[in-house]
Amino acid sequence: MAAPKSLSSVAGLTDVTVRTGSGEFGRALLDPEAAPPAGLVGPDGKAAPKRFNVYRNNVIVSLSEALGQTFPAIVSLVGDDYFNALARAFVTRHPPQSPVLMWYGGAFAGFLESFPPLAAYPYLADVARVEWAWLQAYHAADAAPLDPAALSAVAPEDVPAVRFTRHPAAAVVASKWPVLDLVRANRFATDAAAGIDLDEPQAVLVTRPDLEVGVFLLRPGGEVFLSALLEGSTLEGAAASALEKTSEFSLPDCLSDCLSSGAFTAIEGY
Amino acid sequence: MFSEGSPSRQSRADATIPAHAGAGLKPEHIAEILADRADIGFFEVHAENYMGAGGPPHRQLEAIRQDYPLSLHGVGLSIGGEQALDKAHLQRLAGLNRRYEPGLFSEHLAWSTHDTAYFNDLLPVPYDEAALERVCDHIDEVQETVGRRMLLENPSTYVAFEQSTMSELDFLKEITRRTGCGLLLDINNVHVSCTNHQRSAEDYLADFPLNAVGEIHLGGHAPDTDDAGRPLLIDAHDREVDDAVWKLYESVVRNNGPLPTLIEWDNDVPAWPVLFAEVRAAERILVQAAEPGLRRAV
Amino acid sequence: MKHKAMSAAIVAGAVATAVAGLSSTVPAHAQAKEKCFGVSLKGKNDCKAGAGTTCAGTSTVNYQGNAWTLVPKGTCVTMDVPGDRHGSLTELKRDLPAA
Repeated sequence: MAAPKSLSSVAGLTDVTVRTGSGEFGRALLDPEAAPPAGLVGPDGKAAPKRFNVYRNNVIVSLSEALGQTFPAIVSLVGDDYFNALARAFVTRHPPQSPVLMWYGGAFAGFLESFPPLAAYPYLADVARVEWAWLQAYHAADAAPLDPAALSAVAPEDVPAVRFTRHPAAAVVASKWPVLDLVRANRFATDAAAGIDLDEPQAVLVTRPDLEVGVFLLRPGGEVFLSALLEGSTLEGAAASALEKTSEFSLPDCLSDCLSSGAFTAIEGY
Repeated sequence: MFSEGSPSRQSRADATIPAHAGAGLKPEHIAEILADRADIGFFEVHAENYMGAGGPPHRQLEAIRQDYPLSLHGVGLSIGGEQALDKAHLQRLAGLNRRYEPGLFSEHLAWSTHDTAYFNDLLPVPYDEAALERVCDHIDEVQETVGRRMLLENPSTYVAFEQSTMSELDFLKEITRRTGCGLLLDINNVHVSCTNHQRSAEDYLADFPLNAVGEIHLGGHAPDTDDAGRPLLIDAHDREVDDAVWKLYESVVRNNGPLPTLIEWDNDVPAWPVLFAEVRAAERILVQAAEPGLRRAV
Repeated sequence: MKHKAMSAAIVAGAVATAVAGLSSTVPAHAQAKEKCFGVSLKGKNDCKAGAGTTCAGTSTVNYQGNAWTLVPKGTCVTMDVPGDRHGSLTELKRDLPAA
C-alpha cells in the first residue's frame, strides 16, 4: 500500500480546508453586504448563507432590543421602525465593548448628536443622556442618602468649606431643551408630546436614594451648583459659580432640593 | 448596604440544586413567585444581568435566594473564543459565585467576543485540535479563578465548519476528560442541532457522556428553513417545549435517573403560571423516573 | 474667591434655612418595606436566538429600514411647534411615576 503518499495527500487536503477565523466571522456578522465567511457549510457540505444569517440576525436584533430597553423615550420619540433602523446603524458602528449589556449604550447620545439625518431633532441626545443616567442610577451601588441634620453638626464658620460625597447614583444632565418634559411624556406617561415647549431649557438630577430612581428638575443655577458639588467643590465655591451664571440662583432652595432628593451620601470629613 | 432588614446568609435556602425541575428567573415573575411561595426545585439566572453594583436586581435576587437554591448561568464569557478570556469578566463571575453561593455554575461551548467587540450571540466553535486546546485552557482558568467545577453547555448550531476534524460529542468528551468540568445537557439544543445537521438526536444522546451531566436544559424553538428548503430550527426560547424534546428528555431521565432540569423561556415571556406549568410537566417526568420500578435495569 | 463675594455668614444662614425646611429625616431606605423591590427592568443579557433569518440583521443599506433615508414617525415629529410656555423653571417636578 502506498500509505505515505495517501497520508501526504490527506495532509494536502487539510491544507486547503478553509479555516474560519472569528475575525472574519465577526466582520461578516456586522456587515450584511459582506459574503458569509468561507468554510461554513450546511449538512450537504455546501455553503449556506441563510444559515449564517441566523447569527447575523441574532446579533442585530438582540443588541437593538437591548438598546430599546435602555432608551424607551427615544423609541417613542422616533417610532419603532425608525428606532430599529437607527439601532442597526449604531450597533454596526459601535458594537458592545463588554458582555454586560446594562453597560451598552453609553455612546448612543453622542451618536444621535452626530448622526446627520437627525440634525433636525437636536434634543434627542439629551433625552438619551437622561435615560442613560437613569439606567446607571438603577444599577449603581446602594447607599443611604445624607441625613440633612448632619449639616447642623458643622460649625457655622466651617460651613462654607463643606464638601459633599457624591451619591453613587447621582448625575446631572443640563440641556438647552425641556429634557424632563420630553422624558416624562415619552417614557413615563402616555399623553406624549402635548404641550411641550421646545424653547424651555431644563436641567435634571438623576439619582436613586433607595430603590426608585428619581428624576428631579433643577432650579435656575442648580445645574451649575450641583455639578460643582458633585465634582468636589466647596459649598461656597459651588454657590458662587451658580450666582455668576444667574442672579436667580437661590442657595437655600437649591441645597434643600439636593438634600431631599439624595444627591449626596456624606459630608467629607464628618 | 441595606443591612437593616436585609436577611442574613444564614437564613438562605440550602445551596444544593436538587434533582427537580426549576425555571429561568424573570424579573416580571418575582413578586408572584415570592407571594405564592412557588413550589419549585430551583431558579437559574443569567450572570450578566446581575453584574451591576446594586439596585433592585440584587435586592430581588437575594429575596429569591433566601427561599430557593440558585443556579448561575453565564452567557458572555466567550470560552470558545480565539483570544484570552476577559479577566475582569471572570472576576465578576467569581464575585457572583461568592455573593450568591449558587449550587451550579455553567457556561457555553461558544464564543461571543472578538477583539473588543461583544456580539451577544452564542457563536459556533470549530471542532478541531486547536479549538479543543483553547477551550480546555479557558475552562481550566475559569475553574481555577472561580474555585469550583463548572458545567459546559452543548450548543445549538446552524452551520458546520469545514475545518472540523472531530464530532461534537468527541469534542465534549475530550473536554471533560482534560478539564474535569461537568456538562449541561441542553436537550432542546440537541434536537435543534441534530435537525439542522440532519443527524439522529437519539443516536447523539445514546452516546452522550451522561455521567458528566450535572443539569438538563429544556426550552422551545422556532421552525424555519435553510437555503435548500431543509428544516432549520432556531433556538428561540420563545414557546413551550416541543413534543419531540419532551420524548428525548423522558428517555434520558428514564435511563439515567433524575437530574436538575431547567425550563428556559427568554423571549415572549409568558405569565408565570404558563412557565410554571412547563416546570410541573418536567417534574412529573422526573418523579416517574425516580420510581425504581420504572428504571431500566442495567 | 474670585467670584461674587458671599460671606460665610450668608452661606451658613442659607444652609440653616435649607436644613430647617426639610423634615427631620429618616433616610428613605430605612423605611423601605420588605418585599419592595422597585421597578423590575428586564435583564438585557438573554439566552435566545432571534426571529429567523430574514429580519434586521440581514437587511442591507439598499433595503427599506435605512436610518439615512427613513424619517422618524414617533412623537418627536409633532413637537416642533413653539407653543405656550406651560410651567416654569422654578416649578419643582419630582417623583416621576415608575417606568
